[in-house]
Amino acid sequence: MNSSFLRISIWVYLAIFFAYLLGPLVIMSITAFNSSSFPRISPWECLTFQWFTELFHDQRILNGIKNSLIIGMGTVVLSVAMGLAGALMLTQIWPKLRATYYTIIIAPILIPGVVLGISTLVFWDRINRMLGLGADSVLSNGVFLTVIGQSTFIASYCMLVLVARLQRYDTALTEAALDLGATHAQAFRKILLPFMRPAIASAAVLAFLASFENYNTTTFTFGEYPTLTIELAQKVRYGITPAISALAFIIVALTVFFALLNEAKLRRQELVAAARRNATVQDLGGKIRLPGFFAGNMAAVLLVVFAVATITVVGTATVYSPDQCIANVKEQKRLEAERRIQELRKQREEQRKQREAQEAEQGGATQSAPKPSNNSGFGGVFAPGALGGGTDAEPEAEEPPKGNGGFGNVFDPNSLSGDQ
Amino acid sequence: MSAGIGVDLENLWIRFGDFVAVRDANVHINGGDFFSFLGPSGCGKTTILRAVSGFLEPSEGNVLIGGKNMKGIGPNKRPTALIFQNLALFPLMKVWENITFSMEIKGASAAERRKRADELLDMIALPGQGDKLPSELSGGQRQRVAIARALCAKPDVLLLDEPLSALDLKLRQHMRTELREIQQRVGITFIYITHDQGEALTMSDNIAVMRAGVIDQIADGKTIYNDPATAFAASFVGENNVFRGKAKRVMGDEALIATNRSGELVARISTANRGKLAEGDDAMMFIRPEAFSVAPEGASGDHFVTARVTHEEFEGNVFNIFTEGDGGKEIKVSIPNHGQSFKDHTGQNITLEYDTRNAVVVPAGELAAE
Repeated sequence: MNSSFLRISIWVYLAIFFAYLLGPLVIMSITAFNSSSFPRISPWECLTFQWFTELFHDQRILNGIKNSLIIGMGTVVLSVAMGLAGALMLTQIWPKLRATYYTIIIAPILIPGVVLGISTLVFWDRINRMLGLGADSVLSNGVFLTVIGQSTFIASYCMLVLVARLQRYDTALTEAALDLGATHAQAFRKILLPFMRPAIASAAVLAFLASFENYNTTTFTFGEYPTLTIELAQKVRYGITPAISALAFIIVALTVFFALLNEAKLRRQELVAAARRNATVQDLGGKIRLPGFFAGNMAAVLLVVFAVATITVVGTATVYSPDQCIANVKEQKRLEAERRIQELRKQREEQRKQREAQEAEQGGATQSAPKPSNNSGFGGVFAPGALGGGTDAEPEAEEPPKGNGGFGNVFDPNSLSGDQ
Repeated sequence: MSAGIGVDLENLWIRFGDFVAVRDANVHINGGDFFSFLGPSGCGKTTILRAVSGFLEPSEGNVLIGGKNMKGIGPNKRPTALIFQNLALFPLMKVWENITFSMEIKGASAAERRKRADELLDMIALPGQGDKLPSELSGGQRQRVAIARALCAKPDVLLLDEPLSALDLKLRQHMRTELREIQQRVGITFIYITHDQGEALTMSDNIAVMRAGVIDQIADGKTIYNDPATAFAASFVGENNVFRGKAKRVMGDEALIATNRSGELVARISTANRGKLAEGDDAMMFIRPEAFSVAPEGASGDHFVTARVTHEEFEGNVFNIFTEGDGGKEIKVSIPNHGQSFKDHTGQNITLEYDTRNAVVVPAGELAAE
């Protein structure tokens, strides 16, 4: 009884925890498929893939992705190389200096990215001037500066990952290689580097992701090469559309895909290792019977399910047309808006009649205060009267928002009315 | 086996800061010998090995391999191959890749390497195991792979740094004979580092006994066991009973020792100390447990020891009697078991007899820690 209560509590806790972690991502992903021009899931209007189309036609986003990929790759190469050098140095250095060296190497992680961005810009600008180069030289190029700026701290992350692996390295292995006649370069390439390969792969992935999502350093250094994060930030300033949700959905899907792929591979390796361990001598003489790819490999099964689902969705998207549904929704909204306008007209009429009656009673004494609501901070946007706009507003003005307002017209009176 | 390449250490000193790891070592190792450095851990024997293999530059003195001075020549250019204490097999390479690593770096083709690996795998009695990873082998198999890897490099001198210490007793004893056989087959010089006197005695042509950076004695196993040069060599190699005292009289090869608690006893002066031990010097006399026999009651003289028995134990092949000894140590007497009946002497006095040729006197010195 008590233990079952505990178990239920744990499940409830886990549910809340994962809802907190993944909820926003799920909601955002769903909004990518709603035809509503502001990202939201209720009211659900129509299933649509138009935001993906829109995303792939947005040159700025595409350009941002391209720049992010170039900068990401540059950062991976530079950071992993510097991180590996730093990690090797850490194991070689005189033990008494090690703690100091470690602190210095780790410091960039603790420095705010903004500071790194500004300092990178200032430093390389100085160098550029010292060398007497113009504003269009390599040293003031946005890609170069961003790669350099991001690597200043991403290299430290890489070093941490690499040091962890390097600490498990037995230096006797290098000595053994030397003893067998290898040069230092050969020992490094044939023994240490293969040993470090998994950690180098992790560090590369980490470096790429850190570079891809970086904003606060990049914002100072990007020059003429805005990355995806910079483009997104600039876009959101002028209003958010579900096209951004579509991008988010694609990123989430790719992440899940690669996570599953990695997991499936790891699981596979484990199974193969187990099979080899259990193999008898006779088995080894011939061929070892290795387990099938899917046997006991949940991640691989999920991976295939995921891939099939993706293909299905893409297939549906090419033939599916939500035009009829969107037209219906539009028509509905128009009718709704018309009905509201009628109501408002009636209201106005009544108010006008009242006012006339009052004016008739009081004379011209209160003529200076007819529109008090227009003086409020929000420019009267929340005033109930503002819904009426001008008495002679055209019905077209009440059409669904075009997404030009800040925050996607979230404060637009029409959005409010739509939720009622 | 004179064909092999010899190794010489000339006035070798190795210092780490103020610490002297090796003090003035002079060793001549014959080509084709199985030569052991025997000593407790921390005595500097691994340091000597690293100096021979080239991982360490001597502070003073020279290492000569085949008469050639090795100064300034790196480990990858020396005709030596080292078998590491932890073996240091490359964990990510298969067994055959491990074995032929020395060929790979010289650019040999995979087929060539495969062929050589199969030959060596046959030699170490692991045929068909080339495609396994080192982690999939047992301790003894890994051991043999490490030997094959070192031999594949065709070294003139094979250096072994306590390679058997990680194995269990049975396997260790088996590997002893195997190592000796391999050495005799390939005919190259083996330099073997160990703290296990059993390993050193069974395998080696010659042994250097080391203590705290100093080489105490270099000789073959029998000489070291029967005719130790120092108190340390006597107490470190094999079991020994020590009797402290002063040399009262020196008579040619023999000396009369006034021991602290067992009266005056006669013993042979060890070869290295003849003519050096003077009357009145502090001396130590050593008698092996198996050199004693129980004497008839009442016998006395300069080769009889009388002491009270503290306890006895039956070990199977021998019967051990422990009596009160010198300086808090017991005297151990081992009597071979020929099926005779043993009388329990516990608590009684017993008289022990020895042949003076089997008792050896050296100048007083440091004993090996137990």
